[in-house]
Amino acid sequence: MCQIRLDNVQKRFGDTPILADIQLTVEAGEFCVFIGPSGCGKSTLLRLIAGLEDVSAGNIHIDGVRVNDLPPARRDVAMVFQSYALYPHMTVYDNMAFGLRHLKLGEVEIERRVRVAAESLHLTPLLTRKPGALSGGQRQRVAIGRAIVRQPKVFLFDEPLSNLDASLRVKTRVEIARLHRELGRASMIYVTHDQTEAMTLADKIVLLKPLAGQEGVPSIAQVGHPLELYHHPRSRFVASFIGSPGMNFFDAEVLAASGDGVQCRAGGQVLDAAVNGRTCAPGSTLTLGVRPEHVLCGEGPHQGRVTHLEHLGEHSYAYLDCALSKAPLVVKVMQSALAIGDTLRFALPAGQLHAFVADGEALPRLAALPPAAMRAVSAAA
Amino acid sequence: MTSQTLTAAPPVRAPSVQSSLQRSRQRMAWLLVAPALLVLLAIAGWPLLRTIWFSLTDAQLGDLTQMQFVGLDNYIGENGVLRDAEWWSAVANTLQFSVISVTLETVLGLSVALLLNTPSRARTLLRAAVLVPWAIPTIVSAKMWSWMLNDQYGVINVMLQGLGLIDTPLAFIADPDLSFFTIILVDVWKTTPFMALLMLAALQMVPTDCYEAARVDGVPRWRVFTHITLPLILPAVLVAMVFRALDALRVFDLIYVMTSNSRLTKSMSVYVREQLVDFQQVGFGSASATVLFLIIVLFTVAYMAFTRRRMQGV
Repeated sequence: MCQIRLDNVQKRFGDTPILADIQLTVEAGEFCVFIGPSGCGKSTLLRLIAGLEDVSAGNIHIDGVRVNDLPPARRDVAMVFQSYALYPHMTVYDNMAFGLRHLKLGEVEIERRVRVAAESLHLTPLLTRKPGALSGGQRQRVAIGRAIVRQPKVFLFDEPLSNLDASLRVKTRVEIARLHRELGRASMIYVTHDQTEAMTLADKIVLLKPLAGQEGVPSIAQVGHPLELYHHPRSRFVASFIGSPGMNFFDAEVLAASGDGVQCRAGGQVLDAAVNGRTCAPGSTLTLGVRPEHVLCGEGPHQGRVTHLEHLGEHSYAYLDCALSKAPLVVKVMQSALAIGDTLRFALPAGQLHAFVADGEALPRLAALPPAAMRAVSAAA
Repeated sequence: MTSQTLTAAPPVRAPSVQSSLQRSRQRMAWLLVAPALLVLLAIAGWPLLRTIWFSLTDAQLGDLTQMQFVGLDNYIGENGVLRDAEWWSAVANTLQFSVISVTLETVLGLSVALLLNTPSRARTLLRAAVLVPWAIPTIVSAKMWSWMLNDQYGVINVMLQGLGLIDTPLAFIADPDLSFFTIILVDVWKTTPFMALLMLAALQMVPTDCYEAARVDGVPRWRVFTHITLPLILPAVLVAMVFRALDALRVFDLIYVMTSNSRLTKSMSVYVREQLVDFQQVGFGSASATVLFLIIVLFTVAYMAFTRRRMQGV
């Protein structure tokens, strides 16, 4: 069992801060996903944990031991690289066995481990091939196999699926989730920029935001179960990053606010939002947010004209020109009979609205997580 | 080099049915290759053919208009080059020189390349500095070393005596026991940078993530070197060695300047020049030049066959 704790970790390259104030605990056996836009330092954070980069300040503990000054080899981690980093001149078997040979395990044990890993990753028929003769997905599995045979306490994945095509990505994603269940006691830390991967794999998402040279801002925007980040984003950054297509935002003026809700006006229309408005004063401005899938279409007090349609088969997204916001409001519609130029009526349920104050911080939503989400979050905890 | 260019350049033969596009592409390809082919024929092909022709005659340097066809006499006749003990001693010298100097240059070059491959600010400067011996013309460096190694007034002897390593000055160049190794030493000094740069280029081609993967797996450095670095740079090292060996087999200027009269250090090229110029024996000299050429061809063909097999083996 192995817990990873990062304590006020900082990383700078020269004078440029890359990561600031990282406070994070990854529990034993947990699947933790680092996600964020490019340049947020998520790969760097992974490399800090691996020991491929040195921390500029702060401490990293693995299994209760401070590892700041330990070389990667003594941290008992295994890493799967984005580029796979296979040794081009070695066979699949040797690629997996090479990292074990200096451990004095004996060739029998090495072969046993390689065979078991190859079997579970469907690599057995490929053991004598070299990486050059493998497809991208096969190479990826060899890279994962190379990590498995070392039986580490922690698996580190650096964007492992980003070089695969879409269908293979889904397959390998499922495969990695299965591996995590089978290797139950090992923790996994997984870096990705793909939020579907993050949402589907993670017990815990760590959303990082780029520092862009700012001082005094922590790198972590929010940590939590995927559904927590989806339903209760703590800031506008989190709200806009999680979810696809992204949340709609529009400005509103506060008419009345209390701990039980906020009433505001946007585009001449009055809206109620079920958020805790104790801190905001009437007359101030808020940014309201609503996800496309939470807009109730068909009936309601608002209406908009369809300017663009995206058909995804099972459902479509309609871009609406409406009084509420200057930018088109994106809504999810189940009917495909809609045409451009049609007028669509819709409602914005108070319970589905998010509200953000000027600096981007979210007002706490009154609604608890939906029951299904609650179950998932408490199971993870 | 030349032979590779020649085999690589002509267009691939298309299948029997050719579209007009393919035909015009082929025409264009030949058109683009033609100037290079013509130049090669003029500066390499023609002199080579002439040398081979001369080698079948009894031509003298004094009068090239008077000569008779003598067949293979210059090669296998009573006084033919293949029966000349001095020629074989030159062959032995050259091979010995090539093997020792190329080996030393490879080992030293690889060491220097590994040092230069560690990231540092000084690297760019060092990379330029290391090239200096290579940039100095051979004649100049041969003369320079001759002076430095001179037994009367050479700085090396002064230094060695000052350090108390030797009692009497060593005649590095005149002493038959030393001159061969002196020449190898100077050649190594001069050519190691070239090898180092070729190998540095190869080292920089090794993907860094392979090293990182090995680091995370805790593979000891020596094993990383022998199991990852060496196998990955081996093809480039082989190419560098072959280039150097082809060069070393033709070694001339260094030996000519430093120890031109010594039979002990005479290389094949020095022998050829001696026959052709000093003894005026154009026919015989050409024959020995042709044999030298054939030895190098043999070497190249063997190398090409070897690499081709390797390529198919992958």
